[in-house]
Amino acid sequence: MERLLNAMTVLSIVLMIAVLYSVRRSHIRVEYSVSWLGASLFLLILSRSHSTLNWIAQQLGLTYPPLALIILVFCVFLVVFYRFSVVISDLKDANIAMAQRLAIVEFQLQSQNEER
Amino acid sequence: MRRANGPDDLLILVPAFNESGAIGGVIGEVRGVMPDAPILVVDDASSDGTYDLAKSAGAGVLRLPHHLGLGGCVQAGYKLAFELGYGYVIRVDGDGQHDPAYIPRLLEVLRETGCHMVIGSRFYELKGPHTSAARALGIGLFRLVLRPILGKPVHDPTSGFVGVNREALQVFTGSFPLEYPEIEALVVLQRKRFQFQEVSCRMRPRKTGRSTITAVKSLYYLIHVLLGVFVNVLKFEGRRRKK
Repeated sequence: MERLLNAMTVLSIVLMIAVLYSVRRSHIRVEYSVSWLGASLFLLILSRSHSTLNWIAQQLGLTYPPLALIILVFCVFLVVFYRFSVVISDLKDANIAMAQRLAIVEFQLQSQNEER
Repeated sequence: MRRANGPDDLLILVPAFNESGAIGGVIGEVRGVMPDAPILVVDDASSDGTYDLAKSAGAGVLRLPHHLGLGGCVQAGYKLAFELGYGYVIRVDGDGQHDPAYIPRLLEVLRETGCHMVIGSRFYELKGPHTSAARALGIGLFRLVLRPILGKPVHDPTSGFVGVNREALQVFTGSFPLEYPEIEALVVLQRKRFQFQEVSCRMRPRKTGRSTITAVKSLYYLIHVLLGVFVNVLKFEGRRRKK
């Protein structure tokens, strides 16, 4: 159990550093880094706080606390992925509308030029 | 391309993606049947010279900056048609499957019945195999699902040979399904309690290229469309709580 929790701690720290590095290099925008930083922080706290993890496992009716950690990690990342699906959908809609608008404006400009 | 001469004016919309083998012929055929109607080809970022061929055939060509898929391509055409003031738009696919000889009949039904959409149907009145068994099975399933939603039977819900009036055009400029749009478009119109009619048409085999719906994509298509229909049903205006 201790080895798994240590691995989770390392994973959360690596994730946090990777996200901060990406934000610094402008690979991820600050607003989208919040979800990842929140998720990694949550993971870090749970992997270090045995009492919290034990309490959650008890509430979930689990006899093996690391299983609670895995379930929670899964749920947290599910929320992050869902959030990004919403963001991607918005971006796609905006992109399509913009591409259509660009094509229409270009078409009208060309039509005006041809009429002259 | 000119603006509409009046609220009753017709535009022929031809969505095309890599249709260099057929597009010239389609434009020529449409022009033969409807010499006065302007033709707008929406080129969905083709890489095979479709744009140049359509231009040289005399059509107006709306070129999309990158590939949007059929729904985005058709919607771009609808948006431009609406802005130019057209009262009716009839869509004829760029692959040559739709016989332009039926365009006058579609337009006549649109004008005379006052319906919002008219569908060129392979299965309405004409009996006989016009498609593969697997596709016919899929179409049968869609008919079954759509019957209670639309409140009347639709014989060929996957047909892209459709005409719309200005009211439907306005709706579609704001909301139009992006992938496999034909079936969902019917439900979008139903949300507004719009009416549609079917006109019997014979479809031809495509002249070049392949259908966007391959055997591998069929299952995805089925799930995607059914989900799209379900989501659109949830959006029904009549079912929203009155404020």
